[in-house]
Amino acid sequence: MFHHMLRGIRQGAKLYVVDPRRTTSAQWADLWLGLDVGSDIALANAVGREIIAAGLANMPFIQRATRGFEAYRESVQPYTLQYGERVTGVPADAIRELAHAYARADRAMLCWTLGITEHHNAVDNVRALINLSLLTGHVGRYGSGVCPLRGQNNVQGGGDMGALPDKLPGGQSVDNAELRAKFERVWGASIPPHKGWHLGEMFEAMNRGELDTLYVIGENPAQSEADQEHAMHVLRSLRGLIVQDIFLTKTAELAHVVLPASAAWCEAEGTVTNSERRVQRCRKALDPPGEAHDDIQIICDLARKLGRDWGTVTAHEVWDECRSLSPWHAGMSYERLEKLDGIPWPCYDEQHPGEQFLHARLWEDPVRGAKAPFKVVQHAPPVEALDDDYPVRLTTGRRLESYNTGVQSGGYRSPLRHGETLDISPEDAQRYGLEDGDPVRVTSRRGSVVIPARIDPGLRAGLVFTTFHFNDEVATNILTIDATDPQSGTAEFKAAAVRLEKVTAGREEQPAAPQAAAV
Amino acid sequence: MKDAPTAEEIAAVDALVGTQAQRDTRSAHGGKAARDDRHLLLPALHAVNDRIGWISAGALNYICRRLTVPPADAFGVATFYHMFSLEPRPATTVHVCDDIACLANGAADVCAAMEEHYGRTSWERSPCLGMCDHAPAALVIKAGAEPVQQPLGHVHAADVPSLVDMPRDGRTGKLHVGGTQLRLLRRIGKIDPESLDDYRAHGGYAALRRALEIGPDAVIAEIAASKLVGRGGAAFPTGRKMEAVARAAAHPHYVICNADESEPGTFKDRILMEQDPFAIVEAMTISGIATGCEHGYIYVRGEYPVAVQRLQRAIEQARRHGFLGHDIMERGVRFDLEVRRGAGAYICGEETALFNSIEGKRGEPRNKPPFPAQAGLFGKPTLVNNVETLACIPEIITEGAQTFAAIGTSGSTGTKLYCVCGTVARAGLYEVPFGTTLRELIDLAGGVRENRKLRTVLLGGAAGTFVGPDSLDLPLTFEDTRAAGTTVGSGVVMLFDESIDMAQIVTRIAGFFRDESCGQCVPCRVGTVRQQEALRRGDAALINEIARAMRDASICGLGQTAANAVESALTLRLLDKGAS
Repeated sequence: MFHHMLRGIRQGAKLYVVDPRRTTSAQWADLWLGLDVGSDIALANAVGREIIAAGLANMPFIQRATRGFEAYRESVQPYTLQYGERVTGVPADAIRELAHAYARADRAMLCWTLGITEHHNAVDNVRALINLSLLTGHVGRYGSGVCPLRGQNNVQGGGDMGALPDKLPGGQSVDNAELRAKFERVWGASIPPHKGWHLGEMFEAMNRGELDTLYVIGENPAQSEADQEHAMHVLRSLRGLIVQDIFLTKTAELAHVVLPASAAWCEAEGTVTNSERRVQRCRKALDPPGEAHDDIQIICDLARKLGRDWGTVTAHEVWDECRSLSPWHAGMSYERLEKLDGIPWPCYDEQHPGEQFLHARLWEDPVRGAKAPFKVVQHAPPVEALDDDYPVRLTTGRRLESYNTGVQSGGYRSPLRHGETLDISPEDAQRYGLEDGDPVRVTSRRGSVVIPARIDPGLRAGLVFTTFHFNDEVATNILTIDATDPQSGTAEFKAAAVRLEKVTAGREEQPAAPQAAAV
Repeated sequence: MKDAPTAEEIAAVDALVGTQAQRDTRSAHGGKAARDDRHLLLPALHAVNDRIGWISAGALNYICRRLTVPPADAFGVATFYHMFSLEPRPATTVHVCDDIACLANGAADVCAAMEEHYGRTSWERSPCLGMCDHAPAALVIKAGAEPVQQPLGHVHAADVPSLVDMPRDGRTGKLHVGGTQLRLLRRIGKIDPESLDDYRAHGGYAALRRALEIGPDAVIAEIAASKLVGRGGAAFPTGRKMEAVARAAAHPHYVICNADESEPGTFKDRILMEQDPFAIVEAMTISGIATGCEHGYIYVRGEYPVAVQRLQRAIEQARRHGFLGHDIMERGVRFDLEVRRGAGAYICGEETALFNSIEGKRGEPRNKPPFPAQAGLFGKPTLVNNVETLACIPEIITEGAQTFAAIGTSGSTGTKLYCVCGTVARAGLYEVPFGTTLRELIDLAGGVRENRKLRTVLLGGAAGTFVGPDSLDLPLTFEDTRAAGTTVGSGVVMLFDESIDMAQIVTRIAGFFRDESCGQCVPCRVGTVRQQEALRRGDAALINEIARAMRDASICGLGQTAANAVESALTLRLLDKGAS
């Protein structure tokens, strides 16, 4: 996705990057705003207040297509540029420049990745950004909108197909009895009439002993969950753990049963859905190796063992069933997907071209359907504040050449990969007497690990960064906090409080061991 | 931190691009505005190289950070140019010319003495320094807060021990200029090149005044009627180029003076810039105004420190007195100029390579079309002219196209500057009308030195051809030389008497092209290497075959002409043992 953005930038589009770190993306930016970790809402509200104060709000749009503006205006009143500077650390001038550029732009998009969503108030962060798009009318039009950039080709598709606790395929709510009945007729099974658990809630349920069997498909929670020691402990205590994956992950090593699966992008037929909501065909090029099987076949085999014989099911048949149940996907026959190089949902019938962008109805006069609501959201700092014992902010993320826990990327060489490091500002490096490569002990309230330091001038004093790509060397998620957004279920990977100590030669290195947990 | 810049390196770069108010830990401007500063890459590399003597990884990283250039990209640029070193070297380095004109005047002895005295540090061999009239030549570069770049002429082995400590003050030797009709050279040696008043007292800025009176269209019409063609070697009609740029719809337009005079044996542009810099500034101003440009560049090769300095002073004075700036001669016309230094790359004399160099990229030629008049510097319509071509423009404007066109022949109008050098009695710069024969020109310069017997003349520089003594009655015009299978080229007339080891000279030419090929296209990159190898083996058939491939398939003139001299040397049997 970023490459598409870069193409726009080369053609003259402006880029503003908001990130605590001065990343390589920030190098492309017309303006980089280096806010404090977890002050996103304060920044967004300050931008909103400035847009209103400068008379740049799109009042005709607000009046016609939105509701709740007065309450929003009221709520952002305290977020002056000076207050914004105090809370976020970004100079008031820079906040003002961003506000004016965004409001005055002919077309503007807000794109984000996990810096917005891996917080205890992730959903509020997103809402704060949506408020800005409503305030300026940068939504529902070509080239405008709000867009999470997905980390993988089919993150969007996973959610669309119902891998969410409250949704059936096609974004259809499980609360709705009519919709449930539609699925029950076709599936010949009853669907629980209530919302399921999201990941955080599942771990809580496992903790309580309420959930004792887990079937994990293509995930590696043993390494990707915050507060890793705790996560491992919970997974180990399960009565039954089944893991279906293309590699023997750390989670699979804990499993009672491992089901080797095929790689979806080359060993299976089907579709994927990208960030643009575009459903695309993917085709099988190879047979899966050894005993590995296609996901559909594994699930059908499992069903047969459980007493339901669905026969031999192809990806095409599964897709056609999905089309019959999901209005979003109804018009997307394999033939059309092929002919049109993919179709963005919603695509209601075989004449429908798919919607290039959503929410166009907001520009109809009068607006069709419900008006878009502003949501009042307030700044809430990270759960774990800095103090004398843990004075340094640790934020985690990803590097260009690796992917998450490294299951899919660790097997390949990259000239950019230099193993795990704790990235640290030149100022802190001097303060702690660190040179590049010096081991440094990083301790949070949950545990402690030793990581080689790497001096990065893109960081400032008091802020360190690392990843969890190299879990076997450095189990970073021992440090992170599992404070979780109650709505999205995502943990606050982006903000932990730590302290740093240089590991001096001669002193024996402690293996990473959890210390007394006091969350 | 690894590869951190030193305070001195930071200071050198900051002096160019401005200091950072603070370490940018909270917000930073960048993006398009910063990327638009990419053209400062070469000046920034110069800044560090001038201050420190070489460019460390830390300094390169710092430059990249300030200009938002990827380090790998900047490394590619820094390593492209001879005058930059990415390895540590002493603050003072002597660049000793070992190119053909100097070789014919004892450069090999100087190099041997350097090697003996300094070993492998403190000095480097250099391709032609453009001081062939004072051969053998050297350029002493002393890095520091106040860098010194001192050209030296007539260097002898005895001078070697004192070269690094401090060169004797500006010793280059006596300047020989002459000819049968002094027009471009008429002020040389008669005026103080640093005095605007002196320049005006000798007719300076009369042309600009007239150009402003008659207007851009009439200026271009005059240039076209004069039948002036480019003096850089390609002989393209100057009026046609100007017209194309003036008419181009895209804006802004740029005008560039190509002063990257690097053709071995050529020094005419250096003398014009050093001795009559205001004439170039005036000519650029006229060209710029005539073609709708508001900004011009003079791209001077890095080995010409005196020319750079004098042009910069001339520009400052012209600006102060209203001959440059936003209200030229109070006529409400806007034009300004800046000097850009090359850094040691012959290829940057190729106009599209020159654009890339100004833009802060490797000096690799672009494919044509689009031609510079359509898409040149920064992708905009650009007028590029050689120094000597520009020097003709004020003459044409003041005297009228008819007067200019009456000089020379119908196919080659005006006068031409010739760099007569090699084993000649009075090496120097000579101005004669087109049509003058080679013999007349050589006689002007006092004939072959010590009355030795002439073996051959290299016409047009390393990219030109050797001719034998039987060609002395050849009239020097574009049409006659072309018919005779040779070229006027950049105006090099380099004499070699019978005492010269021609195999050494021809091998040096082959080595020159091998070094100077930018490596972008295969025929030239591989061809220049194979040519040198085949030359060592004496494989004439292979040389001819390589020559054909390079001529047909190279992107730019360098590859297309890289075999000319070698092939002509074979034809004249210059390499045959026992012939001398």
